[in-house]
Amino acid sequence: MRNIKLKYILVSVLFIGLVSSCSDDFVNVESLDENSEDYFNSEEDYQNALVGAYDLLQATYLNAMLGEIASDNTLAGGENATDVIGIQEVDDMTHTTSNSQLRDVWGWMFAGVNRANFILEFQDKTEFAGKEEVLAQARFLRAYYYFELVKWFGDVPLVVDKRFLFGDQFDVDRTPKVEVYTQIEIDLIYAIENLTYTASQQGRVTKGAAQALLGKVYLYQDKFLEASQVLETVILSGPYDLVTDYNSIFEHEGENGIESVFEVQYNDDQGASFGCLQCSEGNVAVGFSGVRSYVATPDSEGDIFSSGFSFNVPVQEAVDEYEAGDLRKDVAILDIEAWSTQTGIQYGTGFEHTGFFNRKYIPRKRSDTAAGDRNLTNPNNYRAIRFADVLLMAAEAFNRGSIDDAKAQNYLNRVRERAFGDMLHNITSTGASLTDAIYHERRVELLGEGHRFFDLVRTGRAGAEIDGFVTGKHEVFPIPLIEIQLTGNRWSQNPNY
Amino acid sequence: MKQTIYLFLSVLFTLNSFSQKIEVSGTVIDKEDNTSIPGVNVVVENTTTGTLTDFDGVFTLQNVSSNDNLIFSSLGYVTQVVPVNSTATFNIVLSQNVDKLDEVVVIGYGTQTKKEVTGAVAIISSEAIEKLKPTRIEQALQGQVAGVNITTTSGSPGASSSIRIRGVSTNGDNQPLILVDGNRIEDLSVINPSDIESINVLKDATAGIYGVQAANGVIIITTKSGRKNADFKFVFNSYVGTQETTRKIPVLNATEYGLLANEAYAANGDALPFTDISSLGQGTDWQDEVFQTAFVGSSDISISKGTEKGAYNFSTSYLDQDGIVGLSKSNFNRLTSKLNANIDILENLKLTSSIIYTNTNGSGLNENNIGSVLFNALNFAPNLTPTDIDGDYTLTPANGFGQEIINPLSQIATTFNKTEVNKIAPTIGLNYKFLSNFSADVKFQYNYANVFTKNYFPINSYGESSTVFDKLNNSLTNYKVAYEDYIFDAYINYENTFKDVHNLKILLGTSVSQNNFYNKTNSAGFDFVNGGLDSSLSDADRIEDFNELANTPDKVDGSRLLSYFTRVQYNYDSKYLVSAVLRRDGSSKFGPENKFGFFPSASVGWIVSEEDFMQDSKSINFLKLRASYGIVGNDRIQPFRYVSLLDGEGEYIFDDIINFGTATGALSNPEIRWEKQKPLDIGLDIKLFDKFDITVDYFEKKTEDLLVQPQVSGILGVGAPGSGLPFVNAGTVENKGLEFSIAYSHDVSDDFDFSVNYNFTTIENEVLEVNGENSFVSGGSFGVGQEAPSRMEAGYPIGYFYGLQTNGIFQTQADVDSHATQMNANPGDIRFVDVNGDGQIDSDDRTYIGDPIADISMGLNFNVNYKNFDFSAYAFASIGNEIVRDYERNVPLANKSVYYLDRWTGPGTSNSFPRVTTGATGNTLFSDFYVEDGSFVRLQNIQLGYTLNSDTSEKIGFDKLRFYVSGNNLFTISDYKGYDPTASNGSPIGGGIDKGFYPSPKTFIFGLNVNF
Repeated sequence: MRNIKLKYILVSVLFIGLVSSCSDDFVNVESLDENSEDYFNSEEDYQNALVGAYDLLQATYLNAMLGEIASDNTLAGGENATDVIGIQEVDDMTHTTSNSQLRDVWGWMFAGVNRANFILEFQDKTEFAGKEEVLAQARFLRAYYYFELVKWFGDVPLVVDKRFLFGDQFDVDRTPKVEVYTQIEIDLIYAIENLTYTASQQGRVTKGAAQALLGKVYLYQDKFLEASQVLETVILSGPYDLVTDYNSIFEHEGENGIESVFEVQYNDDQGASFGCLQCSEGNVAVGFSGVRSYVATPDSEGDIFSSGFSFNVPVQEAVDEYEAGDLRKDVAILDIEAWSTQTGIQYGTGFEHTGFFNRKYIPRKRSDTAAGDRNLTNPNNYRAIRFADVLLMAAEAFNRGSIDDAKAQNYLNRVRERAFGDMLHNITSTGASLTDAIYHERRVELLGEGHRFFDLVRTGRAGAEIDGFVTGKHEVFPIPLIEIQLTGNRWSQNPNY
Repeated sequence: MKQTIYLFLSVLFTLNSFSQKIEVSGTVIDKEDNTSIPGVNVVVENTTTGTLTDFDGVFTLQNVSSNDNLIFSSLGYVTQVVPVNSTATFNIVLSQNVDKLDEVVVIGYGTQTKKEVTGAVAIISSEAIEKLKPTRIEQALQGQVAGVNITTTSGSPGASSSIRIRGVSTNGDNQPLILVDGNRIEDLSVINPSDIESINVLKDATAGIYGVQAANGVIIITTKSGRKNADFKFVFNSYVGTQETTRKIPVLNATEYGLLANEAYAANGDALPFTDISSLGQGTDWQDEVFQTAFVGSSDISISKGTEKGAYNFSTSYLDQDGIVGLSKSNFNRLTSKLNANIDILENLKLTSSIIYTNTNGSGLNENNIGSVLFNALNFAPNLTPTDIDGDYTLTPANGFGQEIINPLSQIATTFNKTEVNKIAPTIGLNYKFLSNFSADVKFQYNYANVFTKNYFPINSYGESSTVFDKLNNSLTNYKVAYEDYIFDAYINYENTFKDVHNLKILLGTSVSQNNFYNKTNSAGFDFVNGGLDSSLSDADRIEDFNELANTPDKVDGSRLLSYFTRVQYNYDSKYLVSAVLRRDGSSKFGPENKFGFFPSASVGWIVSEEDFMQDSKSINFLKLRASYGIVGNDRIQPFRYVSLLDGEGEYIFDDIINFGTATGALSNPEIRWEKQKPLDIGLDIKLFDKFDITVDYFEKKTEDLLVQPQVSGILGVGAPGSGLPFVNAGTVENKGLEFSIAYSHDVSDDFDFSVNYNFTTIENEVLEVNGENSFVSGGSFGVGQEAPSRMEAGYPIGYFYGLQTNGIFQTQADVDSHATQMNANPGDIRFVDVNGDGQIDSDDRTYIGDPIADISMGLNFNVNYKNFDFSAYAFASIGNEIVRDYERNVPLANKSVYYLDRWTGPGTSNSFPRVTTGATGNTLFSDFYVEDGSFVRLQNIQLGYTLNSDTSEKIGFDKLRFYVSGNNLFTISDYKGYDPTASNGSPIGGGIDKGFYPSPKTFIFGLNVNF
């Protein structure tokens, strides 16, 4: 009897022992996804991370669209007065410190910075041939995102070759704008030195893109001499030229053409949704800018566009800026009433309907295989830096820096000759009146391309041109209040917000 | 020997009697299942004459006087006294006497009698479930148990419910732990309600014995198993019924619509859209077009048998339910089979096992969304006909409708989808008793579910201009995923009584579990016509004709848990009760430093009525005071959030081809640790006058170190594609409240008894902290292009509505001018309150404008049995919850609710409803104009049954035969303008927003229950 009891105890001890032998290691589970801190072990890893850093370029659709709406070129539009309130506010210069779209710009550009810094943080980990080219692209991208941040917000926290990791946000200050510009210049110079004019794949950063961006960055700081030099290098040494037919630039066939110095790539192979606009591989701004309820008889003349949300609608004053005979007007502006009369298309009207649409960036007729939501997957590339822009920036640098007005006239007139198809409209003035001519030319050549607001601000003309613009306040947008709160309430807000 | 004495004595008494002596005989059967009861005492009143029924429940008594009364008594049954008169044959039906206090309660790795329970535990019996005929078990819980709140995420067949025990205590997963025969089952749709023996709900810290994931409470479901030594028993239940919508939202008819549209266009100086109003008439009632009367039916059969050494129960059921919108397009059907087998291998070694197989098939329509079927039925123009002259579905006109409002009939006709779930859930357990005081248990529970979803989209255009739903090519998408999990439990119980009064129980055990998720097929096919697939198939068949074009199998190693636990229960003379639990839980979801947590809990009870001074009380039959407190851990977040993984989205286009790179996913936080819930409960159970059972509980449930995903600084890169907010232990939510339930039952006579149950729960929810100052978590959506309307923020209830406050309507331009600057404001527009007083109405003026949490919820049950009839009614109510009306699309030609007939049309005409205009207004901004009181009272069930006399039913070969008619969800009293005030997607932040909620149907059913 006693033996049996002993056996029972033995069995139960064994049983408990068996169970508890399942040690604490049982809850150590490895994920099937790679750990971000153990990466960068091959060239492929660097290349893959670089793709991730490029990704946020697509999110700059908002910068381009909102930059246009903020200016005197277009109105917010949309369905009604409360359709995307953040956009409506920026249009009316009534934006407050709690504007969701401004927070998106802030967050998306910093996401780009962090992804570029992810590569640069681990730049010494693994060696391979051609690494400089990878690093040069990463540094260009970091410069690109920081330039956007500086344009929009002024002083922003600068981080170099390491990521902001969770917890860091409480120890970071806003870096003075001038220091951020210095880093942008260093990065772009590195990129210029390590890149070639033709990239291995269409869509990648080139030497010319880095030079043009550097010239633009100098121009934004009124460093006219440096700007004129680097921009002239692009003009003289780069493989770029103006496309003869201005209209063709903005069609699908015209993408990545000879005039394209830097172009953000989009296509419609992947679906997208409102839940993550920055995830779209398509150009979200295009769908937003489209004509509301556009209906065309199939295969008719009007069957070249499709519908959108009627944001970003040009105003009469912008249309009137075009001189008679300017071939660019009908490319930049779609006069929907005239178009409807001409082609028989039907359309709807949204909020702040002006009758005009930003024709360069409204949805074209879609292919049958385009993924949905088609409003968010328009494949139109964003021509971020065109050679025409480079010529006009160079002209501005030579003129405003009082370096060489003849060169300025020359570069300006290259743009005008294409615009009018003749030399009769060439500018011969010099000095301040040449400056005004260049300003006018920038507006009409680049209308709808997202540059106008920042051009007005950097040249001190915004207060005079934009309704509601308060000088001393609206030159930069407010740091989103929540961003200040989430970093410990240590940052001061931009003036007068 | 005894019988001889009885006989002898009875003979003695007989000698003294002058009345007529007769022989009586009969059978005694159980009222519940009509089986004979052996061993019933049959005694002649005031004598010692008596006998026992034999194995077949038959008895015979000699020499009984016609003046005598016979007393039938047996343990577990209500004693019956029957006058003999001159009856010779008796058919006695005894009903089971379940003293509530002796009811057995499952408390986790063991049981206790209800009397000894020191925690807040509620029990729902199988009868209550049978009464309701729920298609899902959750429906049986609503209003039945204080502190348990059920909201359905939709009224469509097969839709899930959210169960909240004592409020919303976390911004994350609030679902309680649900165990079916010890097996963790997250989705209750796989269980047939008829299979359930009982449901126990553990609401307080005593749930802590289940440790991890018990923080939201535990629902323990026990399924029916066979009884030992029982004959074959067949039970057959079946019902069929019809369902229809409870409500139609009154919207404008075509004439009213035309007039209002003209007014709106005129107000903005636009050309009138309708020049000939008189031709419009009533137009189409789109709600009539989409709502239909739908079928529901269910049948189940169960067989059980018990031998000396084992018991078996097998059941199978089939439910088929069509939707009140789209009928078979929103059908749900379910086949379940269940086998329980309990076998005594040795006298001290017992095997329990069960297996449940479920197959469900569901189809669904677009619901509770902008562009969903009901949303379209409410917003589509009444002047349009369902089909055009060619018989094609009418298209959305090019203008005035936005891109989402389409013909709901066309939408239904082109919806093809199917989700099939196959699930198998076996359990096996061994119980071994040894050394007279010990028992050891091992249990293994396993779940495997295969979910196969198919969606077919045919080529279709819904509008004259493009709409977001248009398909230029047909496509089929196909997902197959599998879920697998197991729990292995092993524990030892020691139980002993010392010196008759010291009762001690000790439990020691361990539990391991693992969850796996497999992504088995994820494929899509496009353009079938051109792709060479069988183009002769109709759209409806195309969904079955799928060639796998791509296959990306993927296994995600899931989370694991490892736990050790111990519990000591002691009571002194069943008067003073103490119980303490300590658990150590380890979760793979936390980093190396924080994987393990210790979670103690304790409870005490005092059965006051056992004290000498209470023994003689006539009024108080039972009184118990109890209290519990503890710390329970919660790890319900996604795995691997403590480590930074390259699972983000890094995609860019080179050479016009999307390149898939790598990027960091959601932000990680290596410091995340267990969320801790600290529930306090003070309760009392009292029974008065043998008729009233009252339970009162006060609870305070504080959840600390909440695993929240608060907003973080954008400089961390959280805005990147595929990134996401990190989890941070930073938040505290508190739920306080009172639960009260009272039950009254009264047996008026043998033929007539009734009972009433009433309960209410108050809940006060407050977020005490979210990640420091000014921080909040936002969620939900309202309208189009508007900011998230719901927030979790310190000082407010979780998920409160954050928007503008209104103060009437601007009557005149002077009103507008004297008010703070409000963009686009004109007379007739809503006047917003300048909350921050800066003279500007903007998004900084948003504030608290309501919350979806009810202040008080209650349930009332009423049951009557009279002769062969039984009647029951059941209602519940919810008071003080707000709901957001978001099914109105603000585009110029969308239809409108009838309240617009009372709109502002000039000074003094209305101070509640704004003018109509197509021009710019701020009226559509999220404000309290869209927040309504969602309080309601609902008659959930009313049922009348008739049971045939056992004589009659036996004649036709049944032991028991009952017919019933029942009505579910017959009416709801509410001021809410929408379909259903219970509308909620169940999200803690973003719930209570109605975008065209599929209403719970009103159901009439006829059914029968047969035992044979």
